[in-house]
Amino acid sequence: MDFLLANLVDGLLIGFIYGIAAMGLTLIFGVMDVINLAHGPIIALGMFSIYLLTTMLGLHPYIALILVAVLGLLLGIVIYIVAVQRVIDAPHLSSLLATFSVNMIIIGLGTAAFSTAPYNLEFSLGKMSLGSVTLLGSRVVGALVALLVTAGLYFFLYRTRNGRYIRAVANNRAAAELVGVPSNRILALSFGIGTMLAALSGGIIATFFPFTILAGGTYELKSFVIVVLGGLGNPVGALVGGLILGLIEGIIPTFMETTWVPVVEFVMFVLILLFRPSGLFGAKQ
Amino acid sequence: MKNWRNILGLVLPLLVVAALALWPVFSGKAVDQETAFTILKAVALASSLNIILGYTGYVSFGHIVFFGVGGYTGFYLMSQQGWSIWPAMAAGGAMSGLIAFLLGKAILRLRGAYFALATIGVNQAMLALVGNLDFIGGPIGMNLNFKVYKEYGGAQEALQMAFYIMAGIALLSVIVSYAVRTSKFGLGLLAIREDEDAAEVMGVVAPNAKTWAYVLSAIIPGIVGALFFFKNGNIEPHDAFPLHTSIEFIVMVMLGGQGTVLGPVLGAVGYQGIRGYLLTSPIFKNIQLAVAGVLLLLIVLFIPFGVVGWIRNRFPQTRRVLQ
Repeated sequence: MDFLLANLVDGLLIGFIYGIAAMGLTLIFGVMDVINLAHGPIIALGMFSIYLLTTMLGLHPYIALILVAVLGLLLGIVIYIVAVQRVIDAPHLSSLLATFSVNMIIIGLGTAAFSTAPYNLEFSLGKMSLGSVTLLGSRVVGALVALLVTAGLYFFLYRTRNGRYIRAVANNRAAAELVGVPSNRILALSFGIGTMLAALSGGIIATFFPFTILAGGTYELKSFVIVVLGGLGNPVGALVGGLILGLIEGIIPTFMETTWVPVVEFVMFVLILLFRPSGLFGAKQ
Repeated sequence: MKNWRNILGLVLPLLVVAALALWPVFSGKAVDQETAFTILKAVALASSLNIILGYTGYVSFGHIVFFGVGGYTGFYLMSQQGWSIWPAMAAGGAMSGLIAFLLGKAILRLRGAYFALATIGVNQAMLALVGNLDFIGGPIGMNLNFKVYKEYGGAQEALQMAFYIMAGIALLSVIVSYAVRTSKFGLGLLAIREDEDAAEVMGVVAPNAKTWAYVLSAIIPGIVGALFFFKNGNIEPHDAFPLHTSIEFIVMVMLGGQGTVLGPVLGAVGYQGIRGYLLTSPIFKNIQLAVAGVLLLLIVLFIPFGVVGWIRNRFPQTRRVLQ
């Protein structure tokens, strides 16, 4: 029983971080109808940025995280201008392949620079005990940071002018343009925020898991599952989806072998796409 | 005269495939035969993918799942049940077709990005599932006993035979692609691609047409899978269901020109050629993936209909010839 409880809490904590990675993906999809296949490599870039900033500049990982967020935002805007802008109204295949080419470029350069060997951040916040459950400090702080980021995103989307613009463009781009929303700038900003969230989640993950340049792929696939769970284009759904996925990953190993986790996840993914395409919390169609 | 021109649309891609098959015979080098095998495999897979992707307009991102299913089916029958290569290939193709039929009934209801995501999910689910099934080797996979090659006169001869079968399958895939493109069934698919709702109004039974297009595009990858792993001698989950490779085939179709017969053939030759060059060139060796990414981006941004599509638009008189 203790084992199950520990797994549950662990899964829940990771779930928050999965959640912000998926929020980035779902925000981009919701605003511009583009599935960002460069999401995984950007998560990996977040991991390596934290690594480089802490080892070379000697920054504290959580301070470095702020820099990672800024870099992620800028990178996203650059990717939007170079690769996405021209294909935004083209058929899905074009935007999928455009973002996939960014994926190939990042992985190609990253492999040349870091090889595919595992890296590890020398960082620990010790353990803390809560009753019978022992938690890693870095995971608790990671989950708190993820919550903070979510709150920040919520505030930005609902309480600022640019946030309102983003929601307007997501709702109906043509109508938003008619009332004077600078849609191209808003699309670039949304893509930037989406990649920023991916980079942040990578940075947080790097504080407690070892990583390689290819590690982002796993989290990208998890983000797909979460995004579909929560409904494509729904950021709040993504956070809840992240928590559900974290819980599933925590529960399954107590009565099945861990290798069955991806089977369950992806079968669930396809079934939800088929029967509840607007997500678990979306309206029935 | 008119018929001669029409048939050129088939002859041209067939000539490319024939040239690929004959190239190692004339050069006599074993290395060339390996390269030609890889390109012919790419031709067969890209042409099959084109039926669902190019003609019907459904982006099957995880199409490699059928290659893996056929590979595993054939390999299991050969290594555990002692079947020979021919029935094993047939079984691989049949199993892929059957799975495509059942899957297609369900996921072809989804459109656009949702369908693309579902195919990724199917491939990843299959990859994870196969790794958990012990009777087909689980995460380690299976090996072929070296003795099975004796039936074909030794390993060398089996390799030779696999090459010619591959060439035959590539030819077959081009013929199927042409037959679909010029048939009434194919016209229905093209109509679905342009506007599915309008096509239904005009009398195309879209769910059936889509399902059969999906099945048709799955059978040849299944056969190729069985043959490829027979030649390879072992099979593992990650070799059978590589998502990255799946996307490479989409790139080939795009590069050559989606929705044409010649396009995927040229795309496969071109992509493998570029890739081979990048992998061996001293400058690009380390960053070959990044260079390939830049090329892909340029294609997507500037010639979205591929080489054949670009020629057809630029020189309208070639439209009759380049199918």
